[in-house]
Amino acid sequence: MSRIQQRFEKLKDENRAAFVSFVMGGDPNPTASLKLLKSLPAAGVDVIEIGMPFTDPMADGPAIQLAGQRALSSGQTMAKTLKLVTDFRKDDAETPIVLMGYYNPIFSYGVDAFLKAANDAGVDGLIVVDLPPEEDAELCIPAREAGLDFIRLATPTTDDKRLEKVLTNTSGFVYYVSVNGITGVKSAEADEIDSAVARIKAKTDLPVVVGFGVKTPEQAAAIAIKADGVVVGSAIVDMIAGKLDKKGGAKVGLVKSVSTFAKSLADAVHTARGA
Amino acid sequence: MTVQEPNSFRVGPDEEGRFGQFGGRFVAETLMPLILDLEKAYAEAKVDKSFQREMENLWRYYVGRPSPLYFASRLTEKLGGAKIYLKRDELNHTGAHKINNVLGQILLARRMGKTRIIAETGAGQHGVATATVCAKFGLKCVVFMGETDVERQKPNVFRMKLLGAEIIPVTSGRGTLKDAMNEALRDWVTNVEDTFYCIGTVAGPHPYPAMVRDFQSIIGWETKSQMKHAEGRLPDTLCACIGGGSNAMGLFHPFLDDAEVKIIGVEAGGKGVDTNEHAASLTGGRPGVLHGNRTYLLQDDDGQILDAHSISAGLDYPGIGPEHSWLKEAGRVEYASVTDTEALEAFQLCCEMEGIIPALEPAHALAHVMKIAPDLPNDHLLVLNMCGRGDKDIFTVAEALGTKI
Repeated sequence: MSRIQQRFEKLKDENRAAFVSFVMGGDPNPTASLKLLKSLPAAGVDVIEIGMPFTDPMADGPAIQLAGQRALSSGQTMAKTLKLVTDFRKDDAETPIVLMGYYNPIFSYGVDAFLKAANDAGVDGLIVVDLPPEEDAELCIPAREAGLDFIRLATPTTDDKRLEKVLTNTSGFVYYVSVNGITGVKSAEADEIDSAVARIKAKTDLPVVVGFGVKTPEQAAAIAIKADGVVVGSAIVDMIAGKLDKKGGAKVGLVKSVSTFAKSLADAVHTARGA
Repeated sequence: MTVQEPNSFRVGPDEEGRFGQFGGRFVAETLMPLILDLEKAYAEAKVDKSFQREMENLWRYYVGRPSPLYFASRLTEKLGGAKIYLKRDELNHTGAHKINNVLGQILLARRMGKTRIIAETGAGQHGVATATVCAKFGLKCVVFMGETDVERQKPNVFRMKLLGAEIIPVTSGRGTLKDAMNEALRDWVTNVEDTFYCIGTVAGPHPYPAMVRDFQSIIGWETKSQMKHAEGRLPDTLCACIGGGSNAMGLFHPFLDDAEVKIIGVEAGGKGVDTNEHAASLTGGRPGVLHGNRTYLLQDDDGQILDAHSISAGLDYPGIGPEHSWLKEAGRVEYASVTDTEALEAFQLCCEMEGIIPALEPAHALAHVMKIAPDLPNDHLLVLNMCGRGDKDIFTVAEALGTKI
């Protein structure tokens, strides 16, 4: 059983939703990025998404665009992002790690070489924004064969007919993008999200996790009642941006601020159904 | 990489939107249903005679097509070799080939019931063409333009505003064409109901590369019949500049299966393809995935996209249409590059010899013609696509020549 599956089954037994957090690999620099990452499980983060920075993130809003730019300016590469996972795994064998990003850096690394390196590093799943089901032969199918989960996005524009296609080769969990748009800008209403989650759950046994535009513990808790998990990305990344000095270095207290914020979100998600 | 020669070079793309390994549909899930709708709507329009008639009518009475195929006698004499013809698409309404494609896409948007048109622009020619056609049909128009380009193409920015378009300066990245395209895609995923994305070149996800090519192919079809009328035969060589590659694709496509016609695309070599400052994706790049398709891209060892450089804002793009990548690997089209300096020399020569102020984009194609024409025989028929006029570029050229206007 994969780490992702184990984690969701455990949470299901406890009748809790998962709290999924996103941080950009190498933001604001490799050292601070690893410290941040290591602080997340203790803050209550159940699944960690690590962004693979890309110069042209066409589905991301300003917060994650800037996080990617900070990471690239500090010299982040695909090899360093994979090393980050390797280093994280030295003290944590349980928290699932999902790499998220765009296809070109993977294609450039070489699909087979990347899948092997990701497996060796201890990566559990991939989310690649610009690979719809129509391009499954590129990475999705090879990733599944290599034993990695390929997590796909479903969106408000994904109608019932298309949903079947989207779900066909998806594994790990389904990431429901709650708004049409880019990361970190608009937010959806909780009741719209609930009906979309129900629509997806009617077609799959996979956990359904909701993201895009979730910024506060209150929003996260409202979603966590029905959904199997909630993702917060831009709000965490924004907090990192606010804790940098003029040269872009990490200020004292960066890790603490971020993990405190992550804990407030995690607590809200974990207690949502008990209320 | 060797590619088996196909029976025809004109049948692509396949059902998946591929030209060999190039092209495809590398977009976020939010956009997939939209591009599938577009593909379906275009397939229906393409075979609808009333759609064709409406487009032909507008091409004739609004754009001023057919554009002349003009024998450039003094240029021919000066270079002393091949007989040089200019396909005068700079005489179109709005001053470039861009409007051929915009008309097609806006008519399609109207058929699809879309009321808001978005576009990206580099030099501003595609933005102006889009703003123009939107004004004509009373559609809301939003143009994304890199802030660097807003600065260096002020006249076109003002033109678009006069035409009622909203200009959104893009500050992400280096503020040029690629960043404008990212921002347009971000707008499109946000406004999926009413918005039509009018892409200006033969790039983007399927069906854009094929659709834009089809709309631009009028250039090649006219050239074919005009040359037959003028000389009684096909031309020997075609030459066009390439940024994304829409004017070139439009000229080349009808001739791809005429094996006796030599076809040359000219990329922007900027300060030299051996420097870091150029826009020659085929000469200096390698295959990758950006803006919805796989194609040759300027990128670093880690797959990060590099900034392109060219004196011509219209060629300043780190990618190229996927069909060009395929034609390069198939060996059907030859791709060359010329530098900023060579393009400037060609720009001046064209002004002095023919009384035509070319855009800096086709000045690149002319710079290559200046290299090859002298060695060709006098009966060699060479067509250069004069795809845009240079009024927009006079400030850039003045600065490069050290003149104050």
